[in-house]
Amino acid sequence: MNIGYGLVAQGIITYFYRILSVMSKQKKAVALISGGLDSLLAAKTVMEQGIHVEGINFFTGFCVEGHTHAIRKKDKASPKRNNALWSAEQLGIKLNIIDIIDEYKDVLINPKHGYGANMNPCLDCKVFMVHKAKQWIEENDFDFIITGEVIGQRPMSQRKDTMPVIAKESGADDLLVRPLCAKNLPLTLPEREGWIDREKLHGFSGRTRKPQLALADAFGFDDFAQPAGGCCFLTDKSYSNKLVDLWTARGRKEYDLDDVMLLKVGRHIRPKKNFKLIVAREEGEARFLQGYKKEFINMNCASHKGPLAMIDGEPSEEDLLLAAQLTARYGQGRDAEFVDVTIREKDGVERLVTVKPIKADQIPLQWMI
Amino acid sequence: MDDLGKNMTKEILNAKRLLCPLPVIRTQDKVKTMNAGDILEVICTDPGVMQDIPAWCRINGHKILETISAEMEYTIILQVA
Repeated sequence: MNIGYGLVAQGIITYFYRILSVMSKQKKAVALISGGLDSLLAAKTVMEQGIHVEGINFFTGFCVEGHTHAIRKKDKASPKRNNALWSAEQLGIKLNIIDIIDEYKDVLINPKHGYGANMNPCLDCKVFMVHKAKQWIEENDFDFIITGEVIGQRPMSQRKDTMPVIAKESGADDLLVRPLCAKNLPLTLPEREGWIDREKLHGFSGRTRKPQLALADAFGFDDFAQPAGGCCFLTDKSYSNKLVDLWTARGRKEYDLDDVMLLKVGRHIRPKKNFKLIVAREEGEARFLQGYKKEFINMNCASHKGPLAMIDGEPSEEDLLLAAQLTARYGQGRDAEFVDVTIREKDGVERLVTVKPIKADQIPLQWMI
Repeated sequence: MDDLGKNMTKEILNAKRLLCPLPVIRTQDKVKTMNAGDILEVICTDPGVMQDIPAWCRINGHKILETISAEMEYTIILQVA
């Protein structure tokens, strides 16, 4: 009997020890950090409650961050910082940047919930990212996920009816905490378990930015990024048009990282289905396009100053002469009677052609993508 | 750079033609395979790395030993923490 009581007592002690151990272990959360204000505030709100937070940032290839600044010379005056890194540094947390370029293709090409105003599959994108974050917390022994979502902030992914869809379809369920609008949403596990205090979370909603700005002020954040159209090129009409044109010309929905990059650069002009020109608009773009000279036939004016143009597709000789006329149009010889244009094959073999620059009114509007 | 410890290694990462944040991601992935004290030299063409890789090093505790900017090529030498 004594041995039996001893075992029961030992069992009870072990049980309470485990409970105490679980209670005393500092909880860990991963915050999806986009580089914008909302994710910065969401992470900070939870950190204020003593939770260990690390950041996670997903790189789809379509992120506005960095690329355009690097390519375009006119942006040289503006800081080239990566805002996700900047946010992490402000918060004093680690940031894990994860390349999801390949996996993201299926999200973009086959979005279950469709596209937004342009080629932005915002709802599927958020489901995918939260799902990846769920995988990450399982692999890294973290306890829950934080996002900077606010009900009513975005027309597709941040609505009262779509936010539960993200939690459910991502598999995160009640491990997904949205600190900025938590009071408008059902209790999550971290709130129920007392890991975080719901009363110290927020009840923001709608498109107004005033509560976020006030909270940023309270936390002492300034100089934060507030991209007007979000942080994704797929929300941009012009970029989306170019992507659709690319898929239409190829007859299939596919892309690689070079395609993604090149759609961000230059004027895109498609005179015919079988080829298009990418004409650099400035020195920075020309320098960037130089790196693709071995992958595309390319040309530039020889007799006058002018831009570098890449030819994407399978042009005939006649097409190349038309491309040369267009290239001449964007150089300083646009008003000259004739312009010499150097055409460079992918293997570097060059030849000179003399063409009449095409006039502005000879370029049909539908050629401009 | 010549007085590396016996067990430390120096590696070079070619991140030319990649635009940020890809050089940072490649650096992050490379550093994961290295040991504390090892040296990594990252060679890039995107000027954004001069800001981004040091920022990434600061938040992850790695030490920047040298940054070199020359002829549109940017080299960052860091020591893994």
